[in-house]
Amino acid sequence: MSELTLRPGRAFSMVERNLLIYRHTWPVLLAEIFEPMMYLLAFGVGIGVLVGNVPGLADTTVSFPRFVAPALLATAAMNGAMNETTFNMYAKLATEKTYQAILTTPMSSRAVALGEVTWALLRGTIVSTTFLVAVSLIGLTGTWTALLVVPAALLIGATFASLGLVVVTLLRSWQDTQLIQLVMLPMFLFSTTFFPLSVYPKPVQWLVEALPLYHSIELVRACFLGTGWRHALIAIAYLVVLGLAALLVAVRRLDRTLRT
Amino acid sequence: MTTAPLIEARDLTKTYVTSEPYTAVKGIDFEVRPGEAFGVLGANGAGKSSTMRMIACVSPVTSGTLRILGMDAARDGERIRARLGVVPQDDTLDTELTVRENLLIYGRYFGIPWKALRERCDQLLAFSRLEDKGSQAVSTLSGGMRRRLTIARALINQPEILLLDEPTTGLDPQARHLLWERLFQLKEDGVTLLLTTHYMDEAEQLCDRLVVMDAGKIVAEGSPADLIERHSTREVLELRFAAHERQLMIDKCAGVTERVEVLPDRLVLYTGDGESTLAAVHALGVRPAGAFVRRSTLEDVFLTLTGRSLVE
Ligand SMILES: Nc1ncnc2c1ncn2[C@@H]1O[C@H](COP(=O)(O)OP(=O)(O)O)[C@@H](O)[C@H]1O
Ligand SMILES: [Mg+2]
Repeated sequence: MSELTLRPGRAFSMVERNLLIYRHTWPVLLAEIFEPMMYLLAFGVGIGVLVGNVPGLADTTVSFPRFVAPALLATAAMNGAMNETTFNMYAKLATEKTYQAILTTPMSSRAVALGEVTWALLRGTIVSTTFLVAVSLIGLTGTWTALLVVPAALLIGATFASLGLVVVTLLRSWQDTQLIQLVMLPMFLFSTTFFPLSVYPKPVQWLVEALPLYHSIELVRACFLGTGWRHALIAIAYLVVLGLAALLVAVRRLDRTLRT
Repeated sequence: MTTAPLIEARDLTKTYVTSEPYTAVKGIDFEVRPGEAFGVLGANGAGKSSTMRMIACVSPVTSGTLRILGMDAARDGERIRARLGVVPQDDTLDTELTVRENLLIYGRYFGIPWKALRERCDQLLAFSRLEDKGSQAVSTLSGGMRRRLTIARALINQPEILLLDEPTTGLDPQARHLLWERLFQLKEDGVTLLLTTHYMDEAEQLCDRLVVMDAGKIVAEGSPADLIERHSTREVLELRFAAHERQLMIDKCAGVTERVEVLPDRLVLYTGDGESTLAAVHALGVRPAGAFVRRSTLEDVFLTLTGRSLVE
């Protein structure tokens, strides 16, 4: 029975472990904040000068940088969470045997999984908050609902961290991690990051609408611009359901991988 | 002698479910009593680690029963693990953390408060002779130090039972002796030790009682002295021959003692009195290139029981 009780205390020791490590390696987080800033400068401002406002949107007054910034933030939340639970976790699972050592203590696979997801979230919050402050400072946010971007990024982080957990239990070798990139990059480019959905032909639109990053971006964009709330609700439902399902599958698979 | 055993295995079996299922532990029975040092002696692949991992409650039992500290390994894994110390065969130290951080965070997994942990850490670093290594990266430690740190880590929760899977494999003699000395200390302090090894000297030095494991089964059980007495003679005469007359000499020795083992590099004769057997061999006209009389060891017990040497 005791295996089934959820112990936040135990799971939190995974967060403590990561905090100990990040005391030495915190500059990694800076890199994660700079990456979306660079994209914003290069694409948002650069292309923005060329295209002016975004065509095909209901609200034609939205400038290109204001269109791209929330998408980059959603993507950063996704990448931060996925990196943590795929690359970093795979090292601990396959190479370092860190989890095997942890499971000789009263910690359960569930506590390990929840702990790593919690850490990915904490980290994601730091990144998204900093990014939000930065884009506000350059005047890209207009409404108070932009503050909702932080909880939205939290939800996105939780969903992708859980998805990453499933993925990590499927990896057979380091080569397989390249497949992750193979999925992530096109998803980044197609999920209305740089273009509104309406520029694609109908079949492509349906495909894009199935992507978790698309809904993440819609959610952050709604908060950021203060419009499109109906869409935001759909996105929330989608992310919650997907995240919970992924977490359930991940904990079971992780337990089977770790306890042979 | 009626104290309840701390560990009790009945018909304990482990089958790995891979593409073709493999049974590594084939229905073994044993008991470990409070305060003793209990050994599992066996060659590579005998199923020692599989057994240890089931006892550590990290590997599910396939069938049979396994009771530890009065609890069922299948149901109470979490509560059992809270009271065990585990030293796995391969070092699994956290390479992203320093020596001291390794101990601290491991204690956190047991839910020990930070304040108590800091104190305990200092004690354990002293115990494992790593006082001045606390802030170093794990990768800078020697093999012996890593092993001692792993043991220190396993002691963070003041376990009642310490499981050690091949604690000294791969260490040089000096590092081994230091480790043995630390294990003696723990035993004095009342910690029950359960260790696996493929070194017969380690088993003889450390274990009050042991089982000999071969191909997933227990083939003998007893104290080292018991086992030697039951499964070997008091003394052993080892003979080596020049290659060209080796076979001839071996043939001549046939029947000198009741038991003769032919090994790739030497001939082993089991006898109550080595010197008189050597005289008898000389009388038969056997001229060995080297002759050596010694006491029987667990190595001989293993050879008798399995027909193979412990370390290939
Ligand atoms: N996780 C596993 N999956 C499949 N087979 C395994 C696994 N672990 C061990 N084995 C097999 O079980 C047998 C016993 O292994 P092990 O218990 O490690 O023996 P020992 O520790 O005595 O060397 C070996 O043949 C080994 O290949
Ligand atoms: Mg082994």
